[in-house]
Amino acid sequence: MSLLEIKNLTVSFDTAAGPFMAVQGIDLSIEPREVLAIVGESGSGKSVSMLAVMGLLPNTATVKADRMAFDGIDLLKLSPSERRKIVGKDISMIFQEPIASLNPCFTAGFQIEEVLRFHMGMDRAQRRARAIELMKLVGIADPELRLGSFPHQMSGGQCQRIMIAIAIACNPKLLIADEPTTALDVTIQKQILDLLVSLQAKYGMGLIMITHNMGVVAETADRVIVQYKGRKMEEADVLSLFQSPKSNYTRALLSALPENAVGDRLPTVSDMLFEPAPSGASA
Amino acid sequence: MTRVVEGKNIVRDYHVGGGLFTGPRTVHAVKDVSFNVDKGKTLAIVGESGSGKSTLARIITLIDPATAGELFIDGKKVDIAKSGLSKEMRRKVQIVFQNPYGSLNPRQKIGDVLGEPLLINTDKPAAERRDLAMKMLKKVGLGHEHYNRYPHMFSGGQRQRIAIARALMVNPSLLVLDEPVSALDLSVQAQVLNLLADLQDEFQLTYVFISHDLSVVRYIADDVMVMYLGEAVEYGSRDEVFADPKHSYTRTLFAATPRADVASIKARLAKKKAA
Repeated sequence: MSLLEIKNLTVSFDTAAGPFMAVQGIDLSIEPREVLAIVGESGSGKSVSMLAVMGLLPNTATVKADRMAFDGIDLLKLSPSERRKIVGKDISMIFQEPIASLNPCFTAGFQIEEVLRFHMGMDRAQRRARAIELMKLVGIADPELRLGSFPHQMSGGQCQRIMIAIAIACNPKLLIADEPTTALDVTIQKQILDLLVSLQAKYGMGLIMITHNMGVVAETADRVIVQYKGRKMEEADVLSLFQSPKSNYTRALLSALPENAVGDRLPTVSDMLFEPAPSGASA
Repeated sequence: MTRVVEGKNIVRDYHVGGGLFTGPRTVHAVKDVSFNVDKGKTLAIVGESGSGKSTLARIITLIDPATAGELFIDGKKVDIAKSGLSKEMRRKVQIVFQNPYGSLNPRQKIGDVLGEPLLINTDKPAAERRDLAMKMLKKVGLGHEHYNRYPHMFSGGQRQRIAIARALMVNPSLLVLDEPVSALDLSVQAQVLNLLADLQDEFQLTYVFISHDLSVVRYIADDVMVMYLGEAVEYGSRDEVFADPKHSYTRTLFAATPRADVASIKARLAKKKAA
């Protein structure tokens, strides 16, 4: 059974100019222990579809799907309070801006322990021990000391490690990482990606990487979904995507990488993509 | 070959005033950095956040004075701390910033954005300013119809074109580009890089290109300088630096850059299977 199964997901936002379709009929599934990358440029709906799974979209959004099931549970039929028991425990998510996604008013330790209290019902001593264990796991030196640190006292890389610690605190079955390294330096990016992949392998989580960086896809994913303007353009395993991309859009994206430049001009997406019709894509 | 910009042993210290419980201290942002760029060439400065690359960009753009060291622009020594900045010098060096959403005034129409450098630095009449702005819009791939629009009506890539157009209005000889494509999508990034290459050919522009993205640097640069904690740890021609990095930090940087070629994916998958 798939860990997460989504059929024909549509998300629209009510705007002054009428409904805006951010996601148009996306099918997606991820198996346990799999790393799935969703690639696309800004506005491709890659984050919105995952926020819909988490139930984190604002009231102006309308989510429709034929099926949206996590581990056999139909997410569409859950009440908000039932869903809160799953979100943050069995499915968790980390975001792009690590410093902005932590609460500046509370210490790192408090924010890790908050999840443990809410979802696991641990007592104070257990929480503290688990928080220290988690901080060691994500590679933070001096965890006892760092429990008392506020987000502004740590670097971006350390904050992202804290975010990961919070996300994996309850041993989730599925971890969604939304551009986890975009705000970080390349050397730190490498460390965070290595950490995510090693944790994924160690605990057998499903991992969904949302990114716009083809390099990150190449370094982490098993399977890749390419999205453009809310539609799925292509789905393939990572090797065949890079070796023989099927849709025009993927081909255009790959050739726009500066390292693939031929001569002194870069081909741009508009050079190749005359008609962004989803019919050209292989589902 | 004429030398457009030359820096000799540039140092920049910032003095951080002490708070209630801490004494004042000095941050050495740039330590003894020397470089030179010839006309029509591109020097790329690479480094992480906090490496001093943007501080160096500010010094070259004559926004910040250097604490010590000498800076020559078109062979003339410039020291804005002592003699201030002449209009002539401001005309010669222009900058394009990273975030095109933050660097344009939301209340200013594009025509005024482009006309303002001329208004401040030259005494051209309004009609001529308008003509030049229209021509520049065409050059960066926008149209006359964009003249009366506001920045919020443009996408990120278009805004970066406008920022580049504004910098070019006064015919600078040196353009400092501080992470000009980091905020842009991959496909738009390619368009802007192409535009920069075209403009360089057309106007014989000299670029100082600040970036943390090695694949972009490899594509655009003639010379590369790698900065780490305020020091230039590596400086040489692009091919030298990429083929044979001398400093251990440069090697770390290269190793950390994700590779998107088929061979390295195969290697990774094979390793994963074995584990």
